[in-house]
Amino acid sequence: MSAKNVVSSLILAGAVTTALATIAAAGPLTKAEGEAAMAAQKEKCYGVALKGQNDCAAGPGTTCQGTSTVDFQGNAWKFVQGGTCASIKLPNGKHGSLKPI
Amino acid sequence: MPLLEVASHSYAPAFAAALLRPDREPPSIVMGPRGKAAAKRYNVYRNNVMVSLIDALAAIYPGVQRVTGVDFFRAMARFHIRATPPTSPLLFDYGRDLPAFIERYEYARSMPWLADTARMERAWLDAYHAADAEPLSAASLAAVPSCQLAELVFTAHPATRIVRSRFSALTIFVANRSNDPVGSINAASPEDALITRPDYDVVVRHLPPGGAVFLTHLISGRPLGEAAASTLEISPAFDVAAGIAGLIQAGAFTAVTFGEP
Repeated sequence: MSAKNVVSSLILAGAVTTALATIAAAGPLTKAEGEAAMAAQKEKCYGVALKGQNDCAAGPGTTCQGTSTVDFQGNAWKFVQGGTCASIKLPNGKHGSLKPI
Repeated sequence: MPLLEVASHSYAPAFAAALLRPDREPPSIVMGPRGKAAAKRYNVYRNNVMVSLIDALAAIYPGVQRVTGVDFFRAMARFHIRATPPTSPLLFDYGRDLPAFIERYEYARSMPWLADTARMERAWLDAYHAADAEPLSAASLAAVPSCQLAELVFTAHPATRIVRSRFSALTIFVANRSNDPVGSINAASPEDALITRPDYDVVVRHLPPGGAVFLTHLISGRPLGEAAASTLEISPAFDVAAGIAGLIQAGAFTAVTFGEP
């Protein structure tokens, strides 16, 4: 056993004791951080596959999605409305943008 | 009967050949009454295929769609679908390449955090569909004699995923997976996410510095003593006790065994 692991063994015994005490005392915690539950969870058997079945999916306003040969890509940023990206700040102080840079 | 011959194995590939290629003529096997061209009829299939694939991506990546807005997302998705058509009929499995695509996508370059946000959404869905398993209990850990703790090897829960980001991708993920208003978010702080599904609910947690390294070591089968020592080398402030408590509470593992001493 290396010296590194001996140190760890000592740390570990205390750490596990502390960890178990924490769990016993606090019960389920850290709820505040990062929980992202969705209503979809309740339909566990189907999930996303249910939404993507290949029945008649094209509704009003979608009729050119599969047939248009127009290059949507170059104009994509023009379609932006209602996205949340503008409230997300970048390290250089700029806001998120969907325009080409 | 020519139709039966065609139907046996070559019909579907022949029919599908131009579904994602609107610039191509409809396949010659598709025709209207009296042999007329049937472009309009074929276009119904083109639209349905494209819309259902875009809808599948939107269902897998709802947070990304909220960040970019619906129109941008659908335009980006359409481009991605043409470049990377599905290889499996299982739609929930489609779209694994979207995060890497976003990383390269010219119009998403000003959102460098978006690809990691997408990776968290993909991990969320994979955790959701992973096999059920009973998480490791605190009692099982408590039963291990302290002299054997360093040799403990953990078995990862099938749903456990770790996604690391140089950006605040987790905060962005959480803010955009609900319909609540999104306040100002600073995208600059690195965040690591732990995704688990101890029961039926997928839970996403923010890992402390060192947490992702510690868990990654344990998931790859390194004994607890080694995992803790390597983590402390990189992150001296890492709280091993909190890390162990956290992995139990998150249900990230299912069992412990003893590795070779």
